[in-house]
Amino acid sequence: MVALTLPKNSKVGQGKTWPKPEGATNLREYRVYRWSPDDGENPSIDTYYVDMDDCGPMVLDALLWIKNKIDPTLTLRRSCREGVCGSCAMNIDGTNTLACTKGADEISGAVKIYPLPHMPVVKDLVPDLTVPYTQLTTIQPYLQTVSPPPQKEWLQSHEDREKLDGLYECILCFCCQTSCPSYWWNGDRYLGPAVLLQAYRWLIDSRDEATGERLDNLEDPFRLYRCHTIMNCTQSCPKGLNPAKAIAEIKKMMVERRV
Amino acid sequence: MSRKTAAAARPLSPHLQIYRLIPTMLMSIVHRITGGALYFGTLLLAWWLIAAATSEHAFDIANAFFGSWLGRLILLGYTWALLHHLLGGIRHLIWDTGSWMGKETSTRLARATIIGSVVLTLLVWIAGYAARGAF
Repeated sequence: MVALTLPKNSKVGQGKTWPKPEGATNLREYRVYRWSPDDGENPSIDTYYVDMDDCGPMVLDALLWIKNKIDPTLTLRRSCREGVCGSCAMNIDGTNTLACTKGADEISGAVKIYPLPHMPVVKDLVPDLTVPYTQLTTIQPYLQTVSPPPQKEWLQSHEDREKLDGLYECILCFCCQTSCPSYWWNGDRYLGPAVLLQAYRWLIDSRDEATGERLDNLEDPFRLYRCHTIMNCTQSCPKGLNPAKAIAEIKKMMVERRV
Repeated sequence: MSRKTAAAARPLSPHLQIYRLIPTMLMSIVHRITGGALYFGTLLLAWWLIAAATSEHAFDIANAFFGSWLGRLILLGYTWALLHHLLGGIRHLIWDTGSWMGKETSTRLARATIIGSVVLTLLVWIAGYAARGAF
């Protein structure tokens, strides 16, 4: 349901301002969302000052600099630091993106960092992604066939393989998923842009033989049709993919199979 | 592990409060608001038509209201809401075909919606005043 404000336990308060590093001349202000399950307090915004002469260019570099040099309790997910794993997805400067590929110089003023929006928070910048992962399993993101398996691999023409470009690159960071207001309000029933992009990836795979069943599964006022082309997904995708277009193509397939 | 049942106590991360109002998102919101405003505008239109069908006196009252500065302001807003919702509808129709959905193109289309609706509203009103011989 639409709830424009945050629940009582989620209202964000003023947090701690950490001392500026001594002797640093090139400082950058970072305002970071903090919440710990251990103290019973509401979330708050902590302010840190990062010495940019001592720190790499990306927002992830700054977060790790804070964690290493100022506050080791700052909690975040990260792994590959090059935009391949999708772990460090968060809301930076008002949009969802990957901290590792977002340059601090792309942002003006203080850098504001929140966890992915409208998700339960495990700690600080770590959201609980159980629901989107479960939703992904419902679209059965794997090859399904009824034909007898070939001697070697399932073959695909170059033209058919090209149809997967712009879809297979998705790293499931859920930047798009959690940028979508429709998903915020109906995330329990709407599958969301990331999961629908995956669904389309299998719908147009020439080797897959479960297209009809896949469309049946999506033919639902909520699962698919809660997409109202708000376009936040496409605007936020850090890999430059287009979930909104994938959803539009699914809607077209729904119409085409009726005529 | 926390001793409490952490899952139940987990806060909801901020959403609308912190998300940047990008043009496509803003136009989606305005499309909804103008859609709601059209219900109200349609009531005004219904009042005007019913008044015309009722009596000359009732029609004069309705016309006096719509001719007042407040009435004209409301009608100006109704014109804009109608044209904005119309252009938004065309934008959604284009997107329903899967076209012009790129990151930059969709933003341009959103910008065109707001600029186009304001320009068309002014044109309608200039044409309306011109038709009444105001110039």
